[in-house]
Amino acid sequence: MREQILSIIEKNSRINIKELAVILGAEEIDIANELKAMEEEGVICGYHTMIDWEKTSIEKVTALIEVRITPQRGQGYDNIAERIYKYPEVNSVYLISGGYDLLVTLDGKSLKAVSSFVSDKLSTLDGVLSTATHFILKKYKDHGTILTKKYEDTREKVTP
Amino acid sequence: MRNPLSDTIVTIKPSGIRKFFDIVSEMEDAISLGVGEPDFDTPWHIRDEGIYSLEKGRTFYTSNAGLKDLKVEITKYMKRTQDVAYDADHEVIVTVGGSEAIDIALRAMINPGEEVLIPQPSYVSYEPCAILAGAKPVIIELKEENEFRLTAQELRDAITDKTKILILPFPNNPTGAIMEKGDLEAIAEIIREKDIFVISDEIYAELTYKEKHVSIVSLPGMQERTVLINGFSKAYAMTGWRLGYACAPKEIMEQMIKIHQFAIMCAPTTSQYAAVEALRNGDEDVAMMRESYNQRRRFLMHAFKEMKLECFEPYGAFYVFPSIKEFGMSSEEFANRLLQEEKVAVVPGTAFGDCGEGFLRISYAYSIDSLKIALDKIGAFVDRLRKDR
Repeated sequence: MREQILSIIEKNSRINIKELAVILGAEEIDIANELKAMEEEGVICGYHTMIDWEKTSIEKVTALIEVRITPQRGQGYDNIAERIYKYPEVNSVYLISGGYDLLVTLDGKSLKAVSSFVSDKLSTLDGVLSTATHFILKKYKDHGTILTKKYEDTREKVTP
Repeated sequence: MRNPLSDTIVTIKPSGIRKFFDIVSEMEDAISLGVGEPDFDTPWHIRDEGIYSLEKGRTFYTSNAGLKDLKVEITKYMKRTQDVAYDADHEVIVTVGGSEAIDIALRAMINPGEEVLIPQPSYVSYEPCAILAGAKPVIIELKEENEFRLTAQELRDAITDKTKILILPFPNNPTGAIMEKGDLEAIAEIIREKDIFVISDEIYAELTYKEKHVSIVSLPGMQERTVLINGFSKAYAMTGWRLGYACAPKEIMEQMIKIHQFAIMCAPTTSQYAAVEALRNGDEDVAMMRESYNQRRRFLMHAFKEMKLECFEPYGAFYVFPSIKEFGMSSEEFANRLLQEEKVAVVPGTAFGDCGEGFLRISYAYSIDSLKIALDKIGAFVDRLRKDR
């Protein structure tokens, strides 16, 4: 049942317990307990809202930053990763296999704000060898949701 | 001028769905629960394979019975789902939708005056196709108290010396009824005893919400007397690709291929390439869609229970078939008023046979959000009817 609950709330975290119970053919109390357990275990870490900031008048820039670092003895990458993710403007930090080590995503108010974060804070950290910053120009799809087009039912209205 | 028309076709009534469709189409903002096709797009990897085949210039006829690769995949599918072996070279045909398969199977097997048993409520084309093939259709009226399954007694009562074929339309459109293994065993015994044949339309085979679908061909002695029909429309959300297939004993298949080769030539090539991909790599998509339909099915059953609308629990296809007998009006009248007063379109049960009177077909091939809006309106309508009485 966990997998089913998660696959539903991953797409729609606003669904209420009653409705979840109906569509999964389960008891409300069981759903509530399962949700609570998953929150406590940290399986469910939060309930976020997907926002297409493009459609608002609020200025926002998102950047993907590739970071190459020197792992530290006994700590590996964790220490530096922690120093980076503690900045509130940092959205996500992933350890990546391949040509670089950390992928950092960042939300900033402007290009300038992002670039000063990179040059002042990120690249000056001990152990950071180099950074490459990519600015996102347009989001087509995010978290499995297509942002550029709305679903339209083009079927005939009545068919056998 | 002489009468240009065939007497046979003139006597066949147009589909009841068509009539209703015309009314609904005129209403711009109607919410419809009337479609008989999935709301999902064909999974992208399947569409991509179709596009790729066009890019590669695979734009020619295939052999009459269909692409060899596709026929082989169909036999593998039958083996893995039903543990039944078919010979891809002699016992499989790829058709233009399941509908074509129904037509050519009947035409390949019927002599004038022979009787075809058609359980109803069921899909709209069996009866006209039987008539066009020269058969006498004999309707078996399925009952709500049996959850619209075909019982051994009903079958036995309908068989005469002239009975040649039983059409077996399960999982069923419009009722959502299924036939489980025990139900099939009971009727298979009579079919063997009375030496009749079966056309088993299993287009909704992948959409069952209880046990996995059991095909009648998997029962002893039934493969040799059954034409099995399936297709890609419902399982893979590929209605517009127009692709179905039939598996049958060589003797019957040879004649079906003959009709197909003269009437159709071959099924669309692009669709056939896409279908190979569907059968090879589409299981996960089907599982995802099945789970989604099942959630909506539960949602609808719950909503009917709350509005105290009588409805047996259907375990197949994507339809529910609630009873509206308490309101003392015909299905058509109910559907018309629901459309006029609440702008919600559902299909009257009578579109699928006279014994559909007193029922509505409601499709759940819609998102839960759309179902919610429509069900609120149906609930309001039902409340009003009850108050007025």
